[in-house]
Amino acid sequence: MSESIIEKARAFDEPLVIGGVDFASRLIVGTGKYATNEIMVNAIRASEAEMVTVAVRRVDLDRTKEEGILHHLDPDEFFLLANTAGCYTAEDAIRYARLARAAGFNEFIKLEVIGDERTLLPDVHATLEAARVLSAEGFKVMAYTNDDLITALRLEDAGCVAVMPLASPIGSGLGVVNPYFIREIKSRLEVPVIVDAGVGTASDACVTMEQGVDGVLMNTALAAADDPVRMAHAMKHAILAGRLAYLAGRMPAREIAVPSSPTTGMLD
Amino acid sequence: MTQPNTIHVHLNGKPREVARGLTVDRLLESLELHPGMVVVELNREILARDAYGSVDVSDGDTIELVHFVGGG
Repeated sequence: MSESIIEKARAFDEPLVIGGVDFASRLIVGTGKYATNEIMVNAIRASEAEMVTVAVRRVDLDRTKEEGILHHLDPDEFFLLANTAGCYTAEDAIRYARLARAAGFNEFIKLEVIGDERTLLPDVHATLEAARVLSAEGFKVMAYTNDDLITALRLEDAGCVAVMPLASPIGSGLGVVNPYFIREIKSRLEVPVIVDAGVGTASDACVTMEQGVDGVLMNTALAAADDPVRMAHAMKHAILAGRLAYLAGRMPAREIAVPSSPTTGMLD
Repeated sequence: MTQPNTIHVHLNGKPREVARGLTVDRLLESLELHPGMVVVELNREILARDAYGSVDVSDGDTIELVHFVGGG
């Protein structure tokens, strides 16, 4: 069996460590909105992501008993990151987080408290409040937030194991709209900075990683692609390309040409 | 005097009649749900899995059965 591209890249990079757990892949993927469960599993495998997000919802007692995602996704194969998606208050997010932990997989929670239905922008005050409570209860909180430095710093102070600013609104596919703020957040935090939401295609993922962040979390970019499995391959390469380009250190950009070949030794 | 053999509970947001004297694990069984695949919240308190066999469902209980679904 050939070595995966993620394995090959290990020689050039450190693992991503979140809350004491090592990940070789810097790509975290969601499991929502796929046309079929089979495509979802194939796309996630193609992405080589290790951490995958899931949502907590009522069992639909009127429908098939196979709708739970764990009937399709092997929890021994992936590291499950439960989210609090859909919550609009700190109280609800805390309730969902506790339910998720009671499922018995791990202490990690992707904390998400939405403040506005149209933009799905986070309610950062409620997010901070919930982050404090959950961290005190022993949760390893990975907090979805906006690209605001002060909130990011406060979330780190609250005990979050990762801070996850958005590239642009959830599901928008607009890419990273404020690379300066993303870089500033990354440069000021000790905990991993994972860009969560807004990546639309491979170039977005690559540009995001080139800002020096520790990873990217995406869902719609894969699930809503015409061919999610192919896009998952593309994203895997893009994340790796952006990461290695960042570590390699790019050449200075100039607005004038500089020849690549010697200017001496030309024939008369 | 005989008690009716069903009770009324609020299950996942809907009123539902269930048999009297059911433990939580029997309730899950009657719904064809694997206890390892769901989390049970009984009257806003999360119920530990090892209590499923010893806790009875009572008349008027509010029960939430949740699980993981696809999401970002």
